[in-house]
Amino acid sequence: MTGTPEAPSSARHLVVVGGGMVAQRLVEALRDRDTAGSWRITVLAEEPRRPYDRVALTSWFSGRSAEDLTLGDPQLWHDPLVTLVRGDAVTGIDRTARTVTTASGRTERYDHLVLATGSSAWVPPIEGADLPGVFVYRTLDDVAAIRGYVEDLASRTAGPVRGAVLGGGLLGLEAAGALKALGAQPTVLQFGTHLMSAQVDLGGGEALRRLINGLGIGVRLHAETTRLRAHRRGGVGRLDLADGGRVDADVVVVAAGVRPRDELARAAGLPIGARGGVVVDDTCLTDDPAVSAVGEVACIQGACLGLVAPGYAMAEVTADRLLGGAARFPGADTATKLKLAGVDVASFGDAFATTPGALEIVWADPVGGVYKKLVLSDDARTLLGGVLVGDASAYASLRPMLGRELPGDPGAYLLPEGGAGAPDLELPDDAGVCSCNNVSAGAIRHAVTEGGCTDLGAVKACTKAGTSCGSCLPLVKKLVTTELEKLGVTVSTALCEHFALSRAQLYDAVRVAGVRSFSEVVARFGTRAAGRGCDICKPAVASILATTAPAHVLEGERATLQDTNDHVMANLQKDGSYSVVPRIPGGEVTPEGLIAIGQVAQEFGLYTKITGGQRIDLFGARIDQLPVIWGKLVDAGFESGHAYGKSLRTVKSCVGSTWCRFGVQDSVALAVMLELRYRGLRSPHKIKLGVSGCARECAEARGKDVGVIATDKGWNVYVGGNGGFTPRHAKLLAEDLDTETLVRTIDRFLLYYVRTADRLQRTAPWIEEVEGGLEGVRAVVMDDSLGIAADLDAQMALHVEEYEDEWRATLDDPEKLRRFAAFVNAPTEPDPSLAYVPERGQARPATAEERAAALRGEPVLVAGSTLEVR
Amino acid sequence: MTVLDTVPVEGSADIAGPGWTAVCRLIDLAPERGAAALLDGTQVALVRLLDDRVLAVQQHDPFCDAHVLSRGIVGSRLVDGSDVPTIASPMYKQVFDLVTGRCLDRAGKDPVPGLDPDLRTWPVRVVDGTVLVGTDLLGTGGAP
Repeated sequence: MTGTPEAPSSARHLVVVGGGMVAQRLVEALRDRDTAGSWRITVLAEEPRRPYDRVALTSWFSGRSAEDLTLGDPQLWHDPLVTLVRGDAVTGIDRTARTVTTASGRTERYDHLVLATGSSAWVPPIEGADLPGVFVYRTLDDVAAIRGYVEDLASRTAGPVRGAVLGGGLLGLEAAGALKALGAQPTVLQFGTHLMSAQVDLGGGEALRRLINGLGIGVRLHAETTRLRAHRRGGVGRLDLADGGRVDADVVVVAAGVRPRDELARAAGLPIGARGGVVVDDTCLTDDPAVSAVGEVACIQGACLGLVAPGYAMAEVTADRLLGGAARFPGADTATKLKLAGVDVASFGDAFATTPGALEIVWADPVGGVYKKLVLSDDARTLLGGVLVGDASAYASLRPMLGRELPGDPGAYLLPEGGAGAPDLELPDDAGVCSCNNVSAGAIRHAVTEGGCTDLGAVKACTKAGTSCGSCLPLVKKLVTTELEKLGVTVSTALCEHFALSRAQLYDAVRVAGVRSFSEVVARFGTRAAGRGCDICKPAVASILATTAPAHVLEGERATLQDTNDHVMANLQKDGSYSVVPRIPGGEVTPEGLIAIGQVAQEFGLYTKITGGQRIDLFGARIDQLPVIWGKLVDAGFESGHAYGKSLRTVKSCVGSTWCRFGVQDSVALAVMLELRYRGLRSPHKIKLGVSGCARECAEARGKDVGVIATDKGWNVYVGGNGGFTPRHAKLLAEDLDTETLVRTIDRFLLYYVRTADRLQRTAPWIEEVEGGLEGVRAVVMDDSLGIAADLDAQMALHVEEYEDEWRATLDDPEKLRRFAAFVNAPTEPDPSLAYVPERGQARPATAEERAAALRGEPVLVAGSTLEVR
Repeated sequence: MTVLDTVPVEGSADIAGPGWTAVCRLIDLAPERGAAALLDGTQVALVRLLDDRVLAVQQHDPFCDAHVLSRGIVGSRLVDGSDVPTIASPMYKQVFDLVTGRCLDRAGKDPVPGLDPDLRTWPVRVVDGTVLVGTDLLGTGGAP
């Protein structure tokens, strides 16, 4: 029996208590490997939702939705062998009967039981800890409650909302970042000597404090909170410290640590560790061979581990054991990499140099906010651990080298880029690359050499490397490229057989050389003199020339490069007719404008539909009708909407503060301004923008390549969103910009994309692949890290200056109008194959059957185009 | 396969010779771009190359059942060591050899059931700046 959807009657029953990340991984791993269907699985989850990415909770504040946090393939929960029970906590285990019972009274009999109950936030016994406004930071419900409380306070009080976070560890800093993202003013109260004291040393903690301060987050060290006091309006208002100090706070988040949720196991009589947690052996089994424990609730090798990577490793071990394997827990990988509002922190291996004789090499740059330390064996050769604060770019390549000899001078790995430079690391096969998903360098190489994967995407799908936190992606990409090159597979970035350059390289070459025509481009940069381009490179070169040497799409030789859409400035439809879309900037249109469009549609019998971009599409125009139709539209004051181009399409907007009760900025005015600024901008793929007048986001701006959302203080700008085949939510690029800065930021973002993206690459995958990812983009457009900002600004100024309406220019030029003849020997004779039938009061193209019926003389057609005389 | 005369003939006398139909002037065709022509009810795609050679294939696109091929991008492709002039369908981007009509790249699709993936071709002559198409083949199937 192989992979059958029906559970074999012999299938054993696995019951998993807890529905967190580790439970999800266990189910995923088991279903992945148990092709015979020997286990059916029931997951009993206390929370009312599917497992989600708890590690990324903070990103929920910067706009990721709860749905974005969902883990893995949702199909997992539709697997007939998997049952997920949500919102029902397990209340008891009967190990003799092998059953568990739940709060709702459900009883499940198990053949094997896995405890994956995780931890709960620990709240120290301080007076006032139960006041309203005191929260923990653990679940989506927790963060939703914090958000609701802060937003409510902000709407009722005049001043800023002050926040305090008890605990300066990883979670505390995350919580402080979240409060900051909500517009509150947070202060972190750390009991000990420095921040993140479990992961980084004193020097690193100090560097971290400066960076965190720089973000507008206060830090108090040696701060022991003794009491929380209520504000007179109710709710928490102040904290008293042991040293007599006080901190005013309207909201308090307790992030003082976690405790394993081992109460079920205790009640069931299973051995518990000295500091809590269900004791398990290296195979994750408890004292009872029918019961395992995984994740934060498990006390393995003497400790409970509050990180997801060891939890995943335990899930993998358990899945393997359930299928008769011999896997053992390899030991905890406690490496941590954190990114908090752009501050990088990483810690791995023996970060505190506890190994006898260990040597520390430190590079500290207090001005630049960087602290880096490597811990090496006594002979200064073997890497034992490290701490990276402010710049953790070396983390991905260093962490897999733990316990191995570093080639070259270890100091070279710490110097900033542009220094001596770190030697290339050739990772051993057994070196772990992706710790979230436990993928080794060897597994990645194998995916390329044996698995037939030929690009990063395929390797990600095949191995799951880099699909969780993504911090290892640069390394995965490098391994894949190296391996492909070894195989002799040229990782070709060539545009096509006519150009050996990638689009980005060709763009630079054309821009720098200042060439203005396709013939020159072929002569200078083509692979062979005889080639005359093709449907791949010609439109790509047309697009490049459009922004390096602006001219009309049909100007001279450029006309020959255009795809039919650009060539006739309309959108080709399935029957060979075209659709027409006049520009309606920001979706704002006068009644007169609507009437004019309606009259054109009526006169030419065009099927009319409102588009997703807040404008009107008119379908069924013949090529020879396009100039007549556009003559009327231009007379009515319309211009090309470039719906046909790989170019700016629309800037969608909500109605904004002029009418809306909730709007905080004039989104329509901004949308109109942006649309008029970027209209006609040719790009690697279509570009859409959106502007929302408040955080309610009615313009769905985060589904756009550039999304702008109004705040009380200005505009937040998000980039890299799109619908289409792979929908993406845009990610935050910058906050609270004034309009001038916003426009400059979008100018640079768009042109940086236009210059460096691949052909037909939309902004989302471009951001993933461009040097440095979103951070790299931010560095280029906000901090001018490449020194090209002035050049980008000048290029956009040229675009704005050179813009002309393509359709008006075409109507003024008889030479260009000749291209719209239906037939060269019968310019106004309509295409005899076009035929339409009525549907819901409008025309649609006839199907092949309907056309055949018409040929037999059956009366199905309303309008064969040959009958239409105008 | 019928071998077709697609070489321009300058100054020949038989402009209106039997079987040849004058369609347009060479200057009516834009270099490296196609144009549709209607020949006795049949739609033909004429393509003028950079060297003023004119080639003719069917306007009907067998992969989408619409008459659009003349609106595709004209280019070249290396086939067995030599450059052949091509046209790419504007609809689903199949690439065809303009000389033989052969489909060089199906772009992962099949033609509409019942249709040949390769294109019909017609012989073309350019005589004294006039483009002539060998129309005696119009009703007989042509090549290949």
